[in-house]
Amino acid sequence: MNVPSDLHYTKSHEWVRLEGDTATIGITDHAQSELGDIVFVDLPTPGRALQAGDTFGSVESVKTVSDIYSPVAGEVIEANEALGAQSELVNADPYGSGWLVKVKVAGPPEGLLDAEGYQALLG
Amino acid sequence: MASRTKSVPEPRLIFEKTRKGRIGCNLPEADTPEVDLASAVGRQRTAVEWPEVSELELLRHFTNLSHLNYGIETGFYPLGSCTMKYNPKINERTAGLSGFAMLHPLQPESTVPGALEVIAGVHDFLKEITGFDEISMQPVAGAHGELTCLMLVKAYHESRGQGDSRRVVLVPDSAHGTNPASAARCGYEVRTIPTDAQGDCDLEALERALDDSVAAFMVTNPSTLGLFERSIAKICEMVHAAGGQVFCDGANMNAMVGTTRPGDHGFDCMHLNLHKTFSTPHGGGGPGCGAIGVKSHLEPFLPAPVLKRDEDGAPKFDRARPLSVGRVSSFHGQFLMAVRALTYLLAYGRERLPHISRFAVLNANYVMARLRGHLPPAHDRPCMHECVLTAQEYKKLGVRALDISKRLIDHGFHPPTNYFPLIVPEALMIEPTETECKETLDAFCDALIAICEEAKVNPEALRAAPESQIVGRLDEAAAVKNLDVKWTRMRTGVPV
Repeated sequence: MNVPSDLHYTKSHEWVRLEGDTATIGITDHAQSELGDIVFVDLPTPGRALQAGDTFGSVESVKTVSDIYSPVAGEVIEANEALGAQSELVNADPYGSGWLVKVKVAGPPEGLLDAEGYQALLG
Repeated sequence: MASRTKSVPEPRLIFEKTRKGRIGCNLPEADTPEVDLASAVGRQRTAVEWPEVSELELLRHFTNLSHLNYGIETGFYPLGSCTMKYNPKINERTAGLSGFAMLHPLQPESTVPGALEVIAGVHDFLKEITGFDEISMQPVAGAHGELTCLMLVKAYHESRGQGDSRRVVLVPDSAHGTNPASAARCGYEVRTIPTDAQGDCDLEALERALDDSVAAFMVTNPSTLGLFERSIAKICEMVHAAGGQVFCDGANMNAMVGTTRPGDHGFDCMHLNLHKTFSTPHGGGGPGCGAIGVKSHLEPFLPAPVLKRDEDGAPKFDRARPLSVGRVSSFHGQFLMAVRALTYLLAYGRERLPHISRFAVLNANYVMARLRGHLPPAHDRPCMHECVLTAQEYKKLGVRALDISKRLIDHGFHPPTNYFPLIVPEALMIEPTETECKETLDAFCDALIAICEEAKVNPEALRAAPESQIVGRLDEAAAVKNLDVKWTRMRTGVPV
């Protein structure tokens, strides 16, 4: 299972890429693999304020609908609009073109796992 | 949406069998003047076509289509959480009796004492089987029964001045998706309670979640893991101590009929799926009956009117219900489901009703024991009416639970439920029901074991399954995203 070393992770299988005060958020390769083919992604509109742990959207696969939790506090500045027509990008490229939202973080994120910690969680 | 397989020819649509002028029925001579349709209607719709086939072609067409169907009457149907038991044919005979089938729902009450006695008779049985004080058969499906119970709970809290403060409904992480949906539909905020490593409700997490904002805890017992909730009496006490109500999702009542009663466990209300436990039809999405049972403190809020026996035992509708949540369906729900359920209950009789749950539980445990070495149970303890197994070990071979399920189709069996409950990885949920004999269970287990062996030597065969059906592996994502159910007539490869 692909767990890039430069990202941060949550126990609920989201990943975060921190660049300055911008956090790009998606779901992990493990998450997309467990969910199966993703058919719909529900994302927040830019401007929405998030607390760490808030549900900010959901991904629907052929098996189930899963909430997505924000790993960070901040304000949504962009949602990946390409997923509207091509939700399969989350399966094909979870850490790249399948990203979900970008958030302007309100402060240093807390309680995230590094790649090693997330890999240990997956076992 | 699916790859084609070669072994079964694709059936043609009836429109493709059309030959101009061929007819399948003799219409009487017109005895009214002919009217020119175009001048009468104003325009002609060329897109509307009738199939033109002979009676025999028509008969063969639909008979052959019906052979492509799979149901409990063609084979084993171990779909977990669905209780696909055999529905005895005598149910249909009684439901078809003209005295029941030809009733008009607006007939005066005085002309239908027999029908009222049927409903009251089912109430009597269900009260005794569940341990609740009152029954309503108005809800027309299981989730409708859940919603109705939550409406009663809400009305109850409102009557005590706690309607605004109690705004949270707790739901276990193993619950059917309808539970949080019913709670949200009723205006409640949903919070999830985790399951512990033994498959029981996590009591510490429940304790932390319980406060005076909790309206209700929705508990499926046996749980969707097929396990009896061992602390159920304590759970009910804890929720009651916090001022909340406890709802029993009765989806798994087939495990308890005649052996133990939710009303005695401490629940305040429950729903029952008559189409699961009491053998009314599953088919076609209904009509169903999601009967509910309640303790007496919720009785004032039941959907009106409420059928009750008077002092002479005669069933009468009580319409003076000032605290009722109102009707939840027109008339009295799906009346003919009551006829079928009463037939089933009387055919078994009081003494033999426990055979339902005992054989359902025995069959599930037999399947679990036979498969243990190949597909281990998610929680290693005796199960109730269904067992939840995990195919996680096969992932390293590139084989998923879905592949095993699909391969079962090639062995002539309907697959079990897969990927539910969500908390079990690579779940296969098998509910044999009590109506299957040992030979069928053995044939099913033999097939699953053969598939597990095949996974080790030829995993590709599983990933490519099914190969024996009219269509191969469905592209479920495309079926959701690009669903196209239109038929376009093609002539020489071009739509016309």
